[in-house]
Amino acid sequence: MKAAGHTARIWLPPLVLVLVLLGLWQLAAGTGFLADRLGLDDFLVPSPAQVAEVLWQDRGLIADNAAVTLVEILAGFAVALLLGLAVATLLHFSDLVRRASYPVVVASQTIPIIVIAPILVVWFGYGIGPKLAVIALICFFPIAVNTLDGLRSVDPDSVRMMRTLYASRSQIFRRVEAPAALPYAFSGAKIAVAVAVIGAVFGEWVGSERGLGHLMLQDNAQLMTARLFASVAVLSLIAIVLFSLIGLVERALLRWR
Amino acid sequence: MTVSLSGRGVGHSFGDIAVLDGLDFEVAPGQVLGVVGPSGCGKSTLLELICGLRRPDRGTIAVAGRITERERLARSAWMPQTDCLLPWYTALDNAALALRNLGHSRVEARAEAGRLFDRFGLSGFEHARPDQLSGGMRQRVAFLRTLVSRKDVLLLDEPFASLDAITRAELQEWLLPVLSAENRTVVLVTHDVEEALYLSDTVLALTARPGRPAAMIEAPPGAGPAREHVVTGAGFGRRREELLGLLKRSPEPTAGERG
Repeated sequence: MKAAGHTARIWLPPLVLVLVLLGLWQLAAGTGFLADRLGLDDFLVPSPAQVAEVLWQDRGLIADNAAVTLVEILAGFAVALLLGLAVATLLHFSDLVRRASYPVVVASQTIPIIVIAPILVVWFGYGIGPKLAVIALICFFPIAVNTLDGLRSVDPDSVRMMRTLYASRSQIFRRVEAPAALPYAFSGAKIAVAVAVIGAVFGEWVGSERGLGHLMLQDNAQLMTARLFASVAVLSLIAIVLFSLIGLVERALLRWR
Repeated sequence: MTVSLSGRGVGHSFGDIAVLDGLDFEVAPGQVLGVVGPSGCGKSTLLELICGLRRPDRGTIAVAGRITERERLARSAWMPQTDCLLPWYTALDNAALALRNLGHSRVEARAEAGRLFDRFGLSGFEHARPDQLSGGMRQRVAFLRTLVSRKDVLLLDEPFASLDAITRAELQEWLLPVLSAENRTVVLVTHDVEEALYLSDTVLALTARPGRPAAMIEAPPGAGPAREHVVTGAGFGRRREELLGLLKRSPEPTAGERG
C-alpha cells in the first residue's frame, strides 16, 4: 500500500501534465483550428490521435529503424563512458597531463558537430562508424568533466588519513577517490545519454540508410508529418528509458547516499 | 614496543605566515602529551608535522629516533579533526581500513577490527553506515580505525571538539583507561584545558600564532576512573587556572615583537 502510494506520488504529476498537454494539442489540431490559424493543410498539423494511428500502422518500420538507432546510441555511449572515465583518471593522476590536455578536452566540445559530421562520413563511410564518432564526441565531455570534478572534490583530510594508514596511491584511488567521484560520474552519464539521442539523429542525417534519423529525414521531405512526429515520440521514449536505467543503476550502486 | 617522540626547535610557516616557532618537546614511550592553545596557534599543523604529512621548515622531529618524513609516517597514525569516516563503508570496514591497506583479506581485517567493537561500546553497529551513527559513536569508530593501525604513535586532533558536553565527558572518561591500557605514545591536541589535564601526563601550552611554548605543566596523577573526582581535585583546579591564565595572557602577534 505504502509503496504503491509512493510510486503514484512520483509518477502521477508528470503523467497528468503530459495528458493535459496531449489533450490541448488534440483539441487544437484535431478540430483543424491550429492548421487553420497557421494557414496550412490539415495533414501538416497532425493531432496526437493521428500520430498514434501512424505509430501503430507503421510499427514494424519504426521499430526496425529505432533498433538501429538504439544500437548506435548504446555503442557510442559505451565508447564515451570508457574514454571519459579513462581520461578523467589519467588527468587526475598527472598534473602535467592535466595542464597540457584540459584545453584540448574543452576544445573537443567546441567542435561544431554539424561541420565535422560530413567529414566523418567521408572518412568512415555510411556504416555505424561516423554515428559512433559523433555520439562519442558529444557524450565524452560531460562524463570526463564531471568525473574529473568528482575526483578533485575529495576531502584532502581523508586522503591524508589514508596515507597515515599505510595506503598506497592506488589504494587511495580505489577506496577514497573513485567512490567519491562515482555520483559525479553518474551525473555526467545522465547528461550524456540525453544528448546521445540528439547525436545519433545528427549522425544519421549526414549520411545513413537506416535509423530513426534517416526515417525522419525522408518523412520530412515527403511531408509525412504524422510519422515524423511518431519518430520523435519514439526517440524521446528511448532517451527517457535510458536516463531512468542509469538512475536505477545509480541508486543500486550508491546505497550510502 | 612503544617508542619515544621528540622535537627540537620545530618551526613552520605557510608562505609569509609563521604558524609555529621554537618548539621543543619530549614524549616518553607510553606517555600522553596534551597540546593546548588558542585557535589558529598551529596545533593541528604540529600533528601533521609529527606524523610526516608535512616537513617542518625549521628544526627536527624524531619518532623512535627516526627523523625523515617517510619513517615518521610509517610509525604514526593520525586522527583528523573531522572523523573522515568513508560513507561508502560500514563502521567495521572503516575501522579495518589500515589492515586492508596492509593487504589483509577482507575477512581477516573485519575479524580483527571487529574484536574491538565490544570493548568500544560499538557492538551491534558493525554493519551500520557512518550516517546511521551518533556523533560519539563516529568518534569512537574513528579512534578505533587509528588504533587498529597498530602504530606506536597516535596523534589525536581535537577528537571530541564536535561533541556536546555530556558526550564529550563520557568519551573522555572512556578514553583514559583505553589509552593507559594501550600503552602507545600519544599527542592529544585540544582547545579544552580540562580535557588536556584529564587525559595527558604532560600539557604543553602554546601562545597565539605563531605558536611558541608558553608552559609545560605536569598533569596531576589520575585519581581513579571517576572523572568528577579528578577534575574537582585541588591540584587539578590550580593547574587548570594556571593554564587558562597563560592562554589568556598569551600575546597577540604584533609586528616586530620578539623577533
